[in-house]
Amino acid sequence: MSKLIAIIDYRAGNIKSVENALKICGAKPIIATKPLHLKNSAGIILPGVGAFKDGMKNLEKRKLIKEIKSQIFKGKPFLGICLGFQLLFSYSEEHGRVKGLDILKGGVKKFKVNLKIPHMGWNTVKLKMTNEKLKMPMFDGISDNAFFYFVHSYYAKPSEKNVVAGMTNYGINFCSAISKQNIWGVQFHPEKSGKNGLKILRNFIKKCL
Amino acid sequence: MLVKRIIPCLDVKEGRVVKGINFLNLKDAGDPAESARIYSEEGADEIVFLDITASFEKRKTMIDVVRRTARNVFIPLTVGGGIRKLSDIRELLNAGADKVSINTAAVENPSFVKEASRKFGTQCIVVAIDAKKTGKKKWEVYTYGGRKSTGIDAIRWAKTVEKLGAGEILLTSMDKDGTKNGYDIELTKAISTLVKIPVIASGGAGKISHIYDVFKKGKADAALAASIFHYGIYSIKKVKEYLQKKGIPVRN
Repeated sequence: MSKLIAIIDYRAGNIKSVENALKICGAKPIIATKPLHLKNSAGIILPGVGAFKDGMKNLEKRKLIKEIKSQIFKGKPFLGICLGFQLLFSYSEEHGRVKGLDILKGGVKKFKVNLKIPHMGWNTVKLKMTNEKLKMPMFDGISDNAFFYFVHSYYAKPSEKNVVAGMTNYGINFCSAISKQNIWGVQFHPEKSGKNGLKILRNFIKKCL
Repeated sequence: MLVKRIIPCLDVKEGRVVKGINFLNLKDAGDPAESARIYSEEGADEIVFLDITASFEKRKTMIDVVRRTARNVFIPLTVGGGIRKLSDIRELLNAGADKVSINTAAVENPSFVKEASRKFGTQCIVVAIDAKKTGKKKWEVYTYGGRKSTGIDAIRWAKTVEKLGAGEILLTSMDKDGTKNGYDIELTKAISTLVKIPVIASGGAGKISHIYDVFKKGKADAALAASIFHYGIYSIKKVKEYLQKKGIPVRN
């Protein structure tokens, strides 16, 4: 199997940092703009920042939605980052109600807290499983309440509680990481979270091989 | 819990650091990429490059600096200085910058902030405000690296840039910048408590206690400093240990 990891380019922000981070972790990133790129990879990363609606529109324009779903259902390792994590859910309340990829049940909601928005900076992730034996592979080698870099104004609320891998507090407790079989998702930016973030990417690469 | 950020700032001229940092383990103190890497390892929460290259032609060197830095630095990188067009932003982001800081172009053409945040997302648009005190609780906005007065009220301008779609404000007190006498607490507090977006305080850091004050009294979300880190007076680690001890949450 190839070691190629596809980073989906759907014009939703900076993919350069994800590419750089994967390289330093020893993977071979390819920038995926077509369904074929996803087929030929060992794993898929959906990064992204910006608006949910535009994100879905651009995925549609590049005809990537069907292939993303098909690859996920076939069991290919998948990592959603920030907007790419939110897009996995059924819908977002951004601009009324926008349909998402609907791979995970639940919605994306705006922060209604008396704090600064965006939630920007370093915050901790409380792991759901701290017992080393039960710890999710995503957080292998990462301690409980480790710091990660966040920047977002919306948060995901999964309907299936058993997919939650980590929680973060910003006025409210929200789900900052999910893990469901081959599907991983993180609200924070592992590519911008120093050593902890690179460790998560390494864990993902390991899963892809 | 979201913690306060410590951000070292490097002035870069024609691809070289102006005030080189004073570390023993630094091979080339003049290389911004190398300095940024060291700061990141030391525990900096973000890095800011300020391009002070005067000539337009030589600005391109910054793209290369950003590209080299982004290969080895995995914390957010902001680049400011001379950004005037959407294509300037695109080039920097494509090279690996995470945010850009806009100052003069924002004042001269406020719709630029709007267009930029719409195009690239509010999270990567930082508006830099250089403010000079003019009276009791009054500050004026300056542009062109502090050379040109604008007559614009800094408080009102902060509110405006928030509405235009800035994701963050980098607030520099011109009265305090370079003095090492501490940040302008009053200015920082006035703006940080007014806007709903994060505020990075800048200008005046000379001692650890200044950073504590700007968080505690100035209500800043992040503190930017240059010389106290560059000259190795305090390491970022030391600053964070101090803040932690005094009850300011930081990333350790």
